This record gives sequence, structure tokens and C-alpha cells, in this order.
Amino acid sequence: MKVNCHQVSKLFNTRNGDILALENMSLQTEEQEFVCILGPSGCGKTTLLRIIAGLLKPTEGKIRYEGNKSQDGPSTALVFQEHGVFPWMNVIDNVCFGLETRGIAKGDRCRMAMPLIEKMGLVRFTKNYPHQLSSGMKQRVGLARALVSGADILLMDEPFAALDAQMRLIMQEQLLEIHREYHKSVIYVTHDIEEAIMLADRIILMTARPGQVKNEIKVSLPRPRNVNGQNASEFVKMKTEIWGQIREEVEQGIRQPL
Amino acid sequence: MKKLSLPLKRVRREAWISIFSVVFVISLWEAVVDLGWVNSTFFPSPSTIARATVDSLASGELTGHISITMARMFAGFFAGAASGLVIGLAMGWSKEVRAFLDPIVSVTYPLPKIALLPLIILLVGIGEGPVIMIVALGAFFPVLVNCVAGVASIEPIYFDVARNYGSGKLKTFARVVLPGSLPMALAGLRLALGMSLLLTVVVEMSIATKGLGAMLWLSWQTFRIEKIYVAIVIIAILGLLLNWLLGLAGKRLAPWREAR
Repeated sequence: MKVNCHQVSKLFNTRNGDILALENMSLQTEEQEFVCILGPSGCGKTTLLRIIAGLLKPTEGKIRYEGNKSQDGPSTALVFQEHGVFPWMNVIDNVCFGLETRGIAKGDRCRMAMPLIEKMGLVRFTKNYPHQLSSGMKQRVGLARALVSGADILLMDEPFAALDAQMRLIMQEQLLEIHREYHKSVIYVTHDIEEAIMLADRIILMTARPGQVKNEIKVSLPRPRNVNGQNASEFVKMKTEIWGQIREEVEQGIRQPL
Repeated sequence: MKKLSLPLKRVRREAWISIFSVVFVISLWEAVVDLGWVNSTFFPSPSTIARATVDSLASGELTGHISITMARMFAGFFAGAASGLVIGLAMGWSKEVRAFLDPIVSVTYPLPKIALLPLIILLVGIGEGPVIMIVALGAFFPVLVNCVAGVASIEPIYFDVARNYGSGKLKTFARVVLPGSLPMALAGLRLALGMSLLLTVVVEMSIATKGLGAMLWLSWQTFRIEKIYVAIVIIAILGLLLNWLLGLAGKRLAPWREAR
């Protein structure tokens, strides 16, 4: 499935006046494409993702989902940081939540979820509650929940930002594997340049608030990728180039009131 | 394993200190009475009170009072807690309901419920009615206030997750609002149970002829000091027991709460 954002603007009315978070933001994704949205903090990345997820209504503009879906179920599934999993549900209930809301019986839910639970290495923990899991495992629960729900597009909002550096690398590799294996489109929000290059087919660079598309960068590094590729000269060159572009936006972002 | 043993050891040490504190206070009291430093008619020794308690329990005199007090307390507690739970969750969940009920709650909440006793007797007459009503009122508010706070304390992200996965209103209530507010609701229930016991005894002292509170007050009027102490001991033990039971129930109902 593809997402087509057409000239999306979002205005927030706050006590301290109006804030224009996004202005004329346009974005198209291709089938099974991995798109990273990279920008300084406060540039409206998360707002855009929430609009695509249908949690927020754009003030202006339209979002269209095009193409056939492979299964019934929601078209998008958000993957949040680790606290996105319900602390009051054990692993299996968390993973099956997207199926539960579709009214699928408990036995069937478990059967549908088991392959992914196995894939994520959570088999021994199905009856555990999130507080008994490491943050990496919690993140895998959130990812499994999104995949099991049958959504075609994964929307990820800095999902690995709270993990330690090593765990983050492992999760990134695992995400690449999942992307390859399950043929999902991914829209991935981050402010980490290396992460964006490592994961994306295409990087959308955003400006400081109000968020707009500053530039689009195709990442032509060959797949499958892994952490070792981060030393390749092409990788380093791309990183320097992106930092050059994003630096001015970060500096402008600093001068903005919150 | 190594990680576990350390806090466990500390817990055991703290438990010993707690046990020591109880033993210390009781021995001190016993010693002070036995040495004749205080008047043993007004301040009987712990051993005397223990003996008197066992005697009245054995004679069956206490069981009647205890069961009557417990029956009143639980009737009031369940009525008050159930309505507090329902209205509290509704207030927590719906802005409209909250806006409507907030002023009423704010005015009635700080009122000492026992102050309403004469009015309630006027309304429903003397008997079990006013006792249970006062207790229910006392249990109602802590549960209500904690439920409202409990729903408010649920992180917005969980509602986002529910919506993103297409959860309907009822599903969101059952899978997010209810479990999300449960820890605080349980804390409210605990407060309410303590309040129920307190109010049952207080109302019994003023208008009942049976029950622990009535026994306590009657013993005072007939100057049977020992029996006053017996009633106090029994009430204290009941309070302890109820609190412990509810704590157990809480662990059962909310197993996801991190062990503290």
C-alpha cells in the first residue's frame, strides 16, 4: 500500500497562541518502501506520523491510502517507544491486541500470533508482563503487535530512541530483516542520521518548524544491510552531506520558542 | 539471583526491626504496669487484656458483636464502593459527566459524614438503615476520587494505541480505562475499607445497642475498663486483617504492578 500526503498543514491552537507545526507537507511512498523522515526536534515529524495514522486531523490537505491491502485489518500500525505496550497485559495479549479489536477469537489470535512471537524470541515470555521484560524485548512486543495486526504500513516514531546504543543496532538489523521478509512499507521518524541511512530507501529531510520537505535523498546502499556497512565510504560521505543540510535547520530550531 | 538476594536480605532485616518494635512496646507497657508505675485499673497490662479477650471470645459474647459489626461494615462498604467505582470511572472517562458532578462532589466530599447522622435518622428512621448509609457514604468518596484520578493518570499513549488498532469505545473501556485505573482504584478501596470500619464503630457508639462500637461505649458507661480495651484490640485486629486481605486481593487483580 502507498500513502499519499497532499499539501498537509497542521495548526495547533495553544494557550500561548497558534503554532504551525506543518505547512504544505507533501509526501508519497511506494509499495514496500522504507522511508525515513529526518529532521530537527520539534519540526513536526511526530505530528505528521500521527496524521498519517489517523490520530490527528490535518488542518488542511489530504491523506490518501492507495493500492490493495493484502489482508483485512487496519492499514497502518503505529510502533511507539517501549512504553507503547500495555503494562497490564501479558506479552501474548499485547501482541494480539490488534486481532482482539477485530473480534477474532482467542484461540485463533494465538495461532496467528505464534509465528511472530517465535520470530521475535518471545516464546518463553508469553505470560510475562512488560515490567518483567528488558526494554529491547518490550520493543519487540510492540513490533510484533504491529506486524500481527495485518497492517500494510508500519509507522514508527523513534521506536529505538530509548534503547541503549548496542541494543539499538541489534533492533535496527532485526527491523531490516522484518522489512525484507514481511513486505511492509515503513515510515520511520528519527533524528538520528546514521539510523536513517542504515534503514531507508529514501530519506525525507524536514525543515525546522513549520515542517516542510527540505530535500529528498535516495539511499542506494545495497541490501541486505547490516551494522558493518556503516564504515563504507559511501555511508560516511552521505552522513556528512546530510549533516551539512540538517545543521542549519537544527540551529534555526534552537532559536524557536517551544 | 545475585540481584534478588540483596533486597530480600534487606526486607528480612526490616521485618525483624518491625517485629522488635512491637515486642518492645508491649514489654515496656507490661513492665510499667507490673512495676506499679501506672494505675492498673485504668491501664491494664497487655497480658490482662489478652486474657480478657480470650475469655470473651471463648464465652461467645464477642462473636455476636463482631459479626454484627462486620455485617454492617460490609453492607455499607460494598454499597458505597460499588457506586463510587461506577460514578468515578464515568467521571474519569467522560468530560461531560465530570463537569456535571464535579461541583456536587467538591461540596460534599470534605463534609464529615458522621455529621449527617441526625439528618439521615430523620429521613430513614432508626435501625440498620442510618448505620449502613453513613458507612456507604464514607466508602463512596475515597473510591470515587481515586477512580477519577486513576483514569486521569493513564498515559495518553495507551489511548492512541487503542485508537490506532481500531478499538471501539467499549473495548477501550475494558482494555485500557479499567485496567489502567485499577491500581489507584485499589488504593481507594483500601482507604474506603478503613473508613468503613471507623464509621461503623463511631455510629455504633452513638446509636446502636449491639456491635463492637456499642459494646465499647456500654463498657465505658458501666465502667468496665477491661472490656473497653478488649473492644479496641478486636477492632485493631479486624482493621489489620481487612487491610491485609485487600492487599492480597489487589495483588491478584493487578499482577502487572511492579513489586515494590
